[in-house]
Amino acid sequence: MSDWSKAVSGFKSEGKEDPTMSGSRGLQEEEPLLFEQDAPGRTGVDLPEPPAVKSRLGGLARQGAIGLPGLSEPQVVRHYMRVSQKNYAIDTGIYPLGSCTMKHNPRLNEKVARLPGLADIHPLQPVSTVQGALELMDEIAHWIKTLTGMPAVALSPGAGAHGELCGMMCIWAALDHRGEHRKRVLVPESAHGTNPATAAACGYAVDPIKADAAGRVDLADLKAKLGPDVAAFMLTNPSTCGLFERDVREIADMVHAAGAYFYCDGANFNAIVGRVNCAELGIDVMHLNLHKTFSTPHGGGGPGSGPVVLAASLAPYAPLPWVVHEADGFRLVEHKDGEARTALGRIKGNHGQMGMFVRALAYMMSHGADGLRQVAEDAVLNANYLLASLKDELTPAFPGTCMHEVLFDDRFLEGTGVATLDFAKAMTDEGYHPMTMYFPLIVHGALLMEPTETESKDSLDRFIAVVRGLARRAKAGETDFFHAAPRLTPRRRLDETLAARKPVLRWRPKAGERQAAE
Amino acid sequence: MTVKYTKDHEWVRVEGGTATVGITDYAQGQLGDVVYVEVPEVGRKLEQGKEAAVVESVKAASEVYAPISGEVTAANGDLAGEPARVNNDAMGQGWFFKMTVANPKELDRLMDEAQYKAYVEGLG
Amino acid sequence: MRYLPLTDADRKAMLAAIGVPSIDALFKDVPKAARIKGLLDLPRLQGELEVERALGAMAARNVAVGSVPSFLGAGVYRHHVPAAVDHLIQRGEFLTSYTPYQPEVSQGTLQTLFEFQTQVALITGMEVANASLYDGATACAEAVMMANRVTHRRKAILSGSLHPHYRDTAATYGRFVGFDTVLAEPDPAGKESLANGIDGETSCVVVQNPGFFGELRDHTALGEACHNAGALLIVIVTEPVSLGAVKPPGAMGADIVAGEGQALGMGLVFGGPHLGLLATRDRFVRQVPGRLCGETVDVDGRRGYVLTLSAREQHIRREKATSNICTNSNLCALAFSIHLALLGEAGFTRLAAINHGKAVQLAERLANVPGVAIVNDSFFNEFTLRLPKPAAPVVDALAKRRILGGVPVSRLHPDRAELASLLLVAASETNTEADMSAFASALAEVLR
Repeated sequence: MSDWSKAVSGFKSEGKEDPTMSGSRGLQEEEPLLFEQDAPGRTGVDLPEPPAVKSRLGGLARQGAIGLPGLSEPQVVRHYMRVSQKNYAIDTGIYPLGSCTMKHNPRLNEKVARLPGLADIHPLQPVSTVQGALELMDEIAHWIKTLTGMPAVALSPGAGAHGELCGMMCIWAALDHRGEHRKRVLVPESAHGTNPATAAACGYAVDPIKADAAGRVDLADLKAKLGPDVAAFMLTNPSTCGLFERDVREIADMVHAAGAYFYCDGANFNAIVGRVNCAELGIDVMHLNLHKTFSTPHGGGGPGSGPVVLAASLAPYAPLPWVVHEADGFRLVEHKDGEARTALGRIKGNHGQMGMFVRALAYMMSHGADGLRQVAEDAVLNANYLLASLKDELTPAFPGTCMHEVLFDDRFLEGTGVATLDFAKAMTDEGYHPMTMYFPLIVHGALLMEPTETESKDSLDRFIAVVRGLARRAKAGETDFFHAAPRLTPRRRLDETLAARKPVLRWRPKAGERQAAE
Repeated sequence: MTVKYTKDHEWVRVEGGTATVGITDYAQGQLGDVVYVEVPEVGRKLEQGKEAAVVESVKAASEVYAPISGEVTAANGDLAGEPARVNNDAMGQGWFFKMTVANPKELDRLMDEAQYKAYVEGLG
Repeated sequence: MRYLPLTDADRKAMLAAIGVPSIDALFKDVPKAARIKGLLDLPRLQGELEVERALGAMAARNVAVGSVPSFLGAGVYRHHVPAAVDHLIQRGEFLTSYTPYQPEVSQGTLQTLFEFQTQVALITGMEVANASLYDGATACAEAVMMANRVTHRRKAILSGSLHPHYRDTAATYGRFVGFDTVLAEPDPAGKESLANGIDGETSCVVVQNPGFFGELRDHTALGEACHNAGALLIVIVTEPVSLGAVKPPGAMGADIVAGEGQALGMGLVFGGPHLGLLATRDRFVRQVPGRLCGETVDVDGRRGYVLTLSAREQHIRREKATSNICTNSNLCALAFSIHLALLGEAGFTRLAAINHGKAVQLAERLANVPGVAIVNDSFFNEFTLRLPKPAAPVVDALAKRRILGGVPVSRLHPDRAELASLLLVAASETNTEADMSAFASALAEVLR
């Protein structure tokens, strides 16, 4: 265990001790904005003279300067290198973020995604010239259907939340087809915010379902709220508390008996891949996040991909386009006629996040059926190891074992004057991205940790040691230490209130400098 | 002049025929730094218990419900430039809007200061 | 398995620490009927070599656009991406980082988003832009929903110049979210007049510039007509390089600009992931969907960046959010931003001039092919040809001759017999003299 006093004594005051002239500190470089490094006429790309032609712009040529800064290639490369250094990443260290499944992003996936035959193809070139692309989409569809046990999949949604929207639209369309216009959707209180937001976006009123003392869906509350007016129940399983809803089949039966659909949020699929047949859980529709379970990189916030598996009752409503495998090749169904007349229509341009399909398929093929089953087992094992190693210092929110993520509440901080937020800030000084905080909402001061299967035992042991150490410091009354955190990050306790009260959302030239034409 | 309180932490102060509405000091403390307030338009008809305004902090957004029924006669224009008023003077300068009192009996269903104080203490 | 660090010894030690006899004990809550026994019927684990071989075989069954003369547009444009872009976005700190909810450890992402938002506002001539959306079509739908929130109305007029994918996506959202879309007739000639259709229930009019068929129009008068009726003007841009040469929507009175950023930084990638752009005026900023990055200071007074105005978003407002969106197309936004940083003002305007020049040269060449006419009066780098016979079989015939000669309009407007002879042709700086010659000769041959 490290010597805490040594770590603290070298630091005198709020970042103003030992100032440097440049503002950079050792290898931590300060870097201004692109717009602050402009030289008119300078460029990082060499282009030939434009052809001398008579303009066909119809008198609509742009007047005045745009205001883009001019930098050379060395300056641009250095700019982004320096700025990148201020980012934590999964390549840097563990992200114990609940329900995010921040696992290693294999570099093979990046390589194959850049094959010209997969990257340099246009979505609207003749279908005869992209049979390999359609084959790839068909192949990943096959893997997804087999892994979930479901008969159909819509590949087009652009992200998880988009997949949720797609799923709810399919439900709406199916009910509409039956001549029913149910108005309510039931969502557990512990659900991720996208669930009620999606239901509301489709015009449904959202009723929350309580969690019971063990953190699972309160069946009595669900039963009381189900009725002929309910279109769907949206469940995350395993839940956002890291627990498998053991009553899931009973829930499915209750929901179906009421004539409603059972939506499953597949954000936590990493806990069950290769081990659980989702069709046997009674679900009708579930979105997957390729950027979670299937390792496509988060890229700082996107892009993602959210394919949606569908029961046979909902498959006819899947959005366009559909990839159809015929005897002599692959077809793309792009319009709502004939076989696709019940389809939702489009929810996005083109055919889906092909770049993420390539990466995710490479991931699936690399692991295989055996590797993927091992993924779920190691993910669940790692989370339970965290629970077992921390439960005497932190306070688990619920008794018993967990699935792939473990939930603590802030009872262990009671009376210390240290809030969950302060605890998290202290973690960043130790070189860790904090765990998920204050979610799910049903637990006070929640700390939700999902290590994933790509953390070694070594990595977990070091993480555990730090968390235990910080917990003991909090209980020992070192409130000042926690309130002063973080001390060592490139920026400290940024003023979010100011940013929201007086939003500055872009750079603007100072008065007197070159103005952009608007 | 009477000041009454709701379970959702709104206060309403009735002077003559006009009611002034805001959120309580307890509520602003729970919300944190207020960054934005969406006030109702003058002329809008409000129903007791239904949504009247929205108050946003950095991490949360909350509905503000009409404590009584009536019509909006004024909205606090100062909040746009200085949302911090809600934090600094929730019971005074941080008022949200003024309205008519459609049904004075509705005030009887609300808590007085002592009752509200006890209610807040009970929340823990 | 190369991505799984736990050894059998680790697993054994960890099970002991947890106090369970086997991993199965941790799955006890799964109903028996749902437990998968053994392994699913899928291939087993494969090494890199085998996976590369399999995916390489799929790749080989496609005709890469760069390998033959290609003139494809219709909302997705091929431009040369400088080598530095792909290197920089593959830095682990950018590629493998999470959403910047913890600003102290995400200043890399946040600073680049602030720069991206500024660039998008500058090129569109607007005041503020968001941190991106999934793609142009969903950005269009989000722009309409934003206009509905601003105006408290729910009827959107969609121009005949609007890309059919954008139109269809907006119509789908309309059907399920609850607003009306009035679809104008496809407008290849670029002559439609929408002002007369605006009434007191119209929330917005959505036009595209350059239009789907390539036409350039000044929408200033239409914008005024909108504003007089209390509606908003939304302008869609599917080819951002056009903004280097053409009057931007901000100078035409647009209230919201939505569009596609794919053309810069990321290549074609068969249609996804792409990059939705959204820009607007300051006074509408609280109704903007998606993420916003803002400037602030930290406790030491140093400038830094944070996600802001988050109270609009799903993780806080839940059912009252402006949108259910959780992701932006961050890495694509970064690629766009780096490409634009390398181009700068001089490079961007020159690139646009080259694109227009190439398109003008190509149009002249093709107009000389017997039976072929150019439909547009004006265009940027894409125009519409009228052929003497249906365009789709012509395109297939050209493909057999190893030429990707544009997109037949019938691919996107399949139910319009009068549009079946129309062909959308795009040119860019990547097309050579030889490409254009080959296209013109092959077209002449196919049409004979």
